Amino acid sequence: MPVAEAIILTIITASIPLLLAALGELVAERSGVLNLGVEGMMIMGAVSGFAVSYSTGSPLLGLVAAMAAGAAMAALFGFLTLVLVANQVATGLALTLLGLGLSGLIGVPFAGVSGPRVANVHIPVLSDLPFFGPILFSQDPVVYLAIALVFGVSWFLFRTRAGLVLRAVGDNHASAHALGYSVIRVRFLAVLFGGACAGLGGAYLSIVYTAQWLENMTAGRGWIALALVVFATWLPMRLAIGGLLFGAVGILQLHAQAFGIGIPSQFLLSLPYLTTIVVLVIISRNQALMRSNTPACLGRSFVPDR
Amino acid sequence: MLKRLMTTAAALLLAFAVGGAHAQEKLKVGFINVGPKTDGGWTQGHWTGAEKLKAALGDKIEITFVEDVKEGPDSERAIEALARAGNKLIFTTSFGFMDPTLKVAEKFPDVKFEHATGVKTAPNMTFYNARFYQGRYIIGQIAAKLSKKGVAGYIVSVPIPEVVMGINSFMLGAQSVNPDFKLKIVWINSWMDPAKEADAAKALFDQGVDIITQHTDSTAPLKIAQERGLFGFGQSHDMLDAAPKAQLTAIVDNWGPYYIARTQAVLDGTWASQASWDGLKEGTVQMSPYTNMSADVAKAAEEIQAKISSGEFHPFTGPISDQDGKERYAAGVVAPDGDLLGMNWYVKGIDDKLPQ
Repeated sequence: MPVAEAIILTIITASIPLLLAALGELVAERSGVLNLGVEGMMIMGAVSGFAVSYSTGSPLLGLVAAMAAGAAMAALFGFLTLVLVANQVATGLALTLLGLGLSGLIGVPFAGVSGPRVANVHIPVLSDLPFFGPILFSQDPVVYLAIALVFGVSWFLFRTRAGLVLRAVGDNHASAHALGYSVIRVRFLAVLFGGACAGLGGAYLSIVYTAQWLENMTAGRGWIALALVVFATWLPMRLAIGGLLFGAVGILQLHAQAFGIGIPSQFLLSLPYLTTIVVLVIISRNQALMRSNTPACLGRSFVPDR
Repeated sequence: MLKRLMTTAAALLLAFAVGGAHAQEKLKVGFINVGPKTDGGWTQGHWTGAEKLKAALGDKIEITFVEDVKEGPDSERAIEALARAGNKLIFTTSFGFMDPTLKVAEKFPDVKFEHATGVKTAPNMTFYNARFYQGRYIIGQIAAKLSKKGVAGYIVSVPIPEVVMGINSFMLGAQSVNPDFKLKIVWINSWMDPAKEADAAKALFDQGVDIITQHTDSTAPLKIAQERGLFGFGQSHDMLDAAPKAQLTAIVDNWGPYYIARTQAVLDGTWASQASWDGLKEGTVQMSPYTNMSADVAKAAEEIQAKISSGEFHPFTGPISDQDGKERYAAGVVAPDGDLLGMNWYVKGIDDKLPQ
């Protein structure tokens, strides 16, 4: 396989965990909930998914279990912040700490063993296309699912009535409530979706990417996913581009090092983060874009007064 | 009068000392680790060592094994907590714990500290290391014999002397077989990030490398090698289970004997500050079975292993020049241990620029 194809292939797979987790967070934030527990939900997805995949021999069941585990963590977050009206920032941080610790505990019997591998799906005819075939049509199933989710979320948020309600809740919860929509229910569902996506993103690392479980294996990707949501100004399509860009910088710097281009490796390693900062600065300068897309009630608790 | 007082005091002290001995209080031994004990790599090596220690001296000691401590200033609190909890012998098992260990050692003069892979000592602080470079020379030779393209990939974490020494030793081994051997080095700035290690392995293989080695802790790179039908070497542990068709051999850390000896020294009251650096000979470094290679290559590997182990051959024997062509060691000169432990230059033939 030519190097260019191989590079693009790895870029796509490297960006999938970020993309999935960020997509879920985007929906939660669009409904007005800031959940900083993405890392914790991801790692719980990674460990639960691997445990089930390894025990049953079915990666598919593993992925489902990961989504359930992520959603369970999110349900805890939802109960604390939406029902008991706890502070979202503090609860989110606590969720991350809880996830990191709990996953280590659950994962002890599964450390060091190899799980079943996930076969790539070669779409007939299309996968034989030169260049695009291997890149777009011979990926693992989660890649297709992630691509479908990006389009699905975009369509849901901006083309359906339910999506409109969700955005309304995120922009002005008092008005949405006055119109008779249940702010808490909408937010709870959005948070659950976010948890399921984060769990899936984590499981992608443990089931598909490396087929193994290691403590702390998400290695901060949940935090990058959080940054990606702002990076994308809460728009799913931009999120996909941002995810790919981040994946690309991460992979290309490895290739640059292996190629021996003589740029200090510390600089190359910091590139993904530098890129994030630069893009965030550029985006923040466009006030109109920020104003029209930032959920106005992001991070604000809602207590129905009547 | 004064004399009598002193005699009484001495008798009292003696009584206390004897009383203490009768109580048979267990010696508390602590370990501070950078990763989880199940990492399948570095920290697991120390865990295995600690378990051997427990098996050997379990009735006289009590072990506390602290996992996932971040390197740097943060680790100081964790080390100090162990000292405050009454641990009298504390092993800190990662390079980045060096200065924090030294700081805590100054605060607790009656506690013995042992820091792995460092370079600093104090009256109550020892450093210990293993001569992993001996193993890296062997795998360098194997790589040069088996690589069809004359190039290997090397996945590394952070540019500390231990790592640089390993790269150089690997390269010297490879050059002893093929003087034109090339090395592609990728830094990932982390000891354990399986996904990133896998990405690095993929990048190296995509660029045409057919054998990789690593100075990072997870089995992810070897698994990628297995997927691609290519080869690699295990790190810290025998990783044959993870990649039965890809692992050629592994450099195995075996800390048990050292931990037992040092703990026994504290129990006997003979512990003294030292700088310990054992290797193949003492069994701290072991090579797992040579697999996935022809009998000839395996035999040659066993031969060089025996020579290094017996001391007949030292991997860092001159002539050795650095990247700029400057001669560092003349023909026949063996690099002194101090130089190796502070190594911050590449040997000739390595294209990478060493991050400083």
